Parts: sequence; structure tokens; C-alpha cells
Amino acid sequence: MILAVDGLEFSYNSHAVLRDIKFAVARGEFLAILGNNGAGKSTLLKCLNKILKPRRGTIMIEKDNIFNLSRLEVARKMGYVAQMYESGRVTVFDAVLLGRKPHIKWDVSPRDLEVVQRVLRVLDLEGFSLRYLDELSGGELQKVIIARALAQEPGVLLLDEPTSNLDLKNQLEVLKTIKGAAREENLAAVVVMHDLNLALRFADKFLLLKNSTVFACGGMEIMTPENLTAVYGVPVTLARMGPIPVIVPFIPGGP
Amino acid sequence: MHQLVMANVAQGYLKYTRRKVLVIGLLSILSVFLGVYAINAGSAELTPVQVLQTLLGQVEGQAQVIIWNIRLPRVLAAFTAGAGLSVAGCVMQNILRNPLASPFTLGVSQGAAFGAAVAILALGAGSTHSTGADAVLINNPYLVTCSAFLGAMAATLIILFLARVKGVSPEAMVLAGVALGSLFSAATIILQYFASDVQVAAMVFWTFGDIGRASWRDLELMATVTGAGLLYFMANRWNYNALDSGEETAQGLGVQVEKIRLTGMFIASLITAAVVSFLGIIGFIGLAGPHLMRRVIGGDHRFLIPAAAVTGGFLLLASDTVARTVISPVVLPVGAITSFMGAPLFLYLLSRGYRKR
Ligand SMILES: Nc1ncnc2c1ncn2[C@@H]1O[C@H](COP(=O)(O)OP(=O)(O)OP(=O)(O)O)[C@@H](O)[C@H]1O
Ligand SMILES: [Mg+2]
Repeated sequence: MILAVDGLEFSYNSHAVLRDIKFAVARGEFLAILGNNGAGKSTLLKCLNKILKPRRGTIMIEKDNIFNLSRLEVARKMGYVAQMYESGRVTVFDAVLLGRKPHIKWDVSPRDLEVVQRVLRVLDLEGFSLRYLDELSGGELQKVIIARALAQEPGVLLLDEPTSNLDLKNQLEVLKTIKGAAREENLAAVVVMHDLNLALRFADKFLLLKNSTVFACGGMEIMTPENLTAVYGVPVTLARMGPIPVIVPFIPGGP
Repeated sequence: MHQLVMANVAQGYLKYTRRKVLVIGLLSILSVFLGVYAINAGSAELTPVQVLQTLLGQVEGQAQVIIWNIRLPRVLAAFTAGAGLSVAGCVMQNILRNPLASPFTLGVSQGAAFGAAVAILALGAGSTHSTGADAVLINNPYLVTCSAFLGAMAATLIILFLARVKGVSPEAMVLAGVALGSLFSAATIILQYFASDVQVAAMVFWTFGDIGRASWRDLELMATVTGAGLLYFMANRWNYNALDSGEETAQGLGVQVEKIRLTGMFIASLITAAVVSFLGIIGFIGLAGPHLMRRVIGGDHRFLIPAAAVTGGFLLLASDTVARTVISPVVLPVGAITSFMGAPLFLYLLSRGYRKR
């Protein structure tokens, strides 16, 4: 297990947001974190990345507890893409190169340039490399931010709603890239998602959050209509279109 | 074919960064020319050739005295102060995430001026005179700078406190800066009122700046502080780049945001204090330098910091030269010239608004 969380507890002042969180992810796995708005998904991701300090609990990355690692050491092992991002007036290449920051000692090395180039190619961003970020569409920008996290060459990739600004084609492409990266570069992807159907298509493992704690964690077997109905508070049924599982919400009194 | 495209992406990028280096180089060369012109310009009849010969130690006599004791320290002081204020502004804009931030707009300069005035008028570290050339005489530059630094830090700490409060808009922060600036300026004026022999010239020194009276000793201290600050800022250039993409992203990239912010503001205040102690308050250089360069070469601090330094130096040197020569032999306060240039820019920044994602 590259990332193992146990007994995690967090609160903003006195408002408890997470308690008794326990789960683990292995290299090569794609874990989807699911739950309602305000369930604490973003908070959990920030705790994992040491941006927020939990009250209690341990977070192990490989053999190290992240509380014994410096911020820089954490950055070498984990890449993080926030739900909201800002950008200065820099080019796409600059922005992705920033992902090399935890590895750069004083100046950029040829290897750093090589990594950036490779990531730009994987995400099909080569054509944009000298474009300024404020001249990109929301979706293009989102891909750049993901590219930056990949350029970090992390063991664990934490992504907070990476597809929220993307069209259908780019949603699939980005998730495919993340999944591919998880397989090929042998990293664990922890992804907060809202689209259950996309989660079903791409994730190997699921973490359902409800009432500040883990409702269920596991593979396809936990994605039952009962569990999802309980987590989201909306009755759903699980259908199949050929081999593809599809979640269909039932709208009371609706069409 | 694909291999070719791949190679081109990194190469294209390197070419793009080399252009930035070129811009910085050109600006530096321009500054040297401007420096020679500025030494040459003025009432003593000198030619550029004479200036160069004197600088190389080939000419003796009156020209040498004028150039070495009056013109050269003035030119170097203008450039150093401009560079210092400009990088201080550049870093403040970054770490406070506020494009309107600068030593002058946040009241840090006024705080430093008040601190310097306390040292000079109340602690006996200097004296004031009625003649324009030597309005304020500093006997103990270290005490004055330290006192100025305390004043600057007072303003800085209040700004830092505001920056921590969630949801303070850039405009609100600048409004607080204006209030702080007025407060410190008022305190300086009251101090002057009680000091017996303060004259109009000294008032001008503390409200509009005056580069004319920097001695070699003052210049040494100012250049040391600015140089050391510049080195510190350059060492943190990647941290500033990371901060530009948001606080949490920066943390995710290994930046200790709180520490970088505190030390950055500390160093920026120190530079401001060193400049203001000897030259008085000079506004808007810290705004104009970095913003001009952000437009020209972009926001990558690897290049932006040195570029802002050179541009700030150039702008202040140019302003001072204009102040000295436009209605010669009358010397205008240089801060008046920089305000004429900087205030429109400030209004432009305000009216344009900022895009935030
Ligand atoms: N900085 C903060 N201070 C206080 N409370 C906060 C803060 N950030 C979030 N919260 C609260 O913590 C809870 C969890 O927030 P979080 O952002 O983790 O939710 P989320 O699951 O990511 O939601 P969404 O799907 O809308 O992004 C919410 O009730 C929110 O109001
Ligand atoms: Mg969230």
C-alpha cells in the first residue's frame, strides 16, 4: 500500500468535518472519493497532502508518516490539484515546469525539460506550450493544471474534481490519462468525483463519504443501489448497457 | 516526425526564455548609457567623452571632483534605490497576491520615513537645514536605517495581519495602506513641527524624496541591503512562481507559504527602509517597474525579479535626470516626477480590474 490512512479526524474550529477515516490505496490503483457537496472530500484531500493538519490519525506514504516529512518531501511524493486554481501571467510550458519545482535544486535540468515535454505530449498540449494561461479556455487550463501534477512525477496523485470544467471528450481523455498514468507509472490516483457513471467506468476502488465518515470503501461490490441511495439521499437504480454499468437516479414525482 | 515536434517544444521554450534574458541585457545597456548621459547633464560643461575619461581615472581637476563627489553617487543612488523599490514592490505583489501592492501604496515607505524622522529629529542621529542641497544631514546612517526599518515593519505587520483575514480584497488592502500612510505622514509632520529648525526643504525630503544628497557612505549601505535582498529574492524565485498559482497549490508544491510570506515582507521592508532613510519617500517605482515587466516578459520570477530591478533603476534614474534638467538649474523633487508617471498607471490598474479564476 503506497498510501494508508487510519483514524483520521479533522475539524474546522469546533465544526467536525472528518472522523475515523480509514482506507488504503495501492500503486496502480484509481480510487474515487464520492459524497455529497460539503461531505468533506476536499478537506480529506488537503489533509492527505499536509495542507491541513488533522486532529488525530496517521497518514502513511510508503513507510513514512507524512507528519515526519517536510513539506518539500511530501511534494516529491504527492501531486495535488486543487478544486480551484489561479494563475499568473505565464505560459503553459512555464506552468507545467512549475511541477518540477520540488525536484529542482537551483536551475532547470535537461531532464526537467524532457519530463515537461513528455507530459505535454501525453495530454495533447504541445500546440499550446507557449500560450499564456489567461488565453486558454477553462478546460484547456484544467488540463494544464493536471499536467503540472503529472510533471511532479509523484507516487500519489490527488485530484479534486479534475473534470469539472471539461467537455465530454476531454472528460474521458483526462480520466483515461490519469488511469493510464496510474498503470504505467505505477502511481496511486485519488480522485474526488461527482459523476458516478464516470467513476464506475474508470475507478478500481471507491470511497463513499457520509456524515463525516467512511460509509463504505471497496471495489465494485460496494456500489450497490442501496449504498448509493443512502449516501446521496436519492433513490437510484443500477442498470447495465451491455457490459457498462449505469447509475440512474429516480426523481420522485419527476419524469 | 513526432521526435522532431518534441525536440521543438523544449527548444522553442528555451528560445522564448532567451528572449527574456535579451530584454534584461538590453535594459542594462540602456541604463549604462542613461547613466553616462545623466552624469554629463547639468550645469558644469562636460562632454560624454570627458565623463568616460574621468570615470576611467584619466582626467584630474574640477571635472573629477564634480563627477566623483556629486554626479556619480547621485546616479548610482538613483539606480540602486529604483532597483530596490521595484523588486520590493514585485515581491509584495506576489506574496500578498495583490497587484496594487508596493512599498508606497501600502504605507510602508511612509512608516519608514516616520522612523527615519524619529531618529533624526528626536534621537539626534542627524540634523535638518534650510538649504535645498542638504536639507537633511545624517550623522549616524545605521541608527536612522534601523529606526526607519522599525517604522516600515510597523506598517508591514498591520498589512500582514490584514492579509491573513480571509476575503480582504486588494482594494481594501490598499485603502488600509492609504490610511496607514496618512497616519505616518501626519506623525512625521507633527514631529517636524516640534523640532525647532526644520525648513521647507526638509518637508519636501520626507514627502517627495530627494536623491541629491546621497553620499558614498549612504550609497554603500543602501547598495548592500538592496543587493542582499535581491539575492534572497532570487533564491526564492521558484517559491514566488508557485505562489502565483494559489496558496494551496504552492503548499502542494512544497512551499512553506507562511514562512516565505513573512521573510519576504521583512526583506522588502528592510530595502524600503534603507532607501527611504537616505532619499525620502519616492512613490510608484515599486508599482511601475514590476508591472511594466510583467507585461513585457511575463510573470516568471526567474526573469521578472532581475528585470524589475533594472527597470526600476532605469525609471528612477530617468526621473531624477528629468527632475534635474527640465527647468535647470532648479531641481524638482524626484518623487513628484515619479508620481506623474506612476499615478496614471495605478489608476489604469484599478480600472482594468483583475481576472481571477
Ligand atoms: N475553511 C473552512 N472553514 C470552515 N469550514 C469549512 C472550511 N472549508 C470547508 N468547510 C466546511 O467543511 C465541510 C466540508 O467541506 P469540503 O470543502 O471538504 O466539502 P466537499 O466534500 O469538497 O464539497 P464539494 O463537493 O462541494 O466540493 C463543509 O461543511 C464546509 O462548509
Ligand atoms: Mg470540494
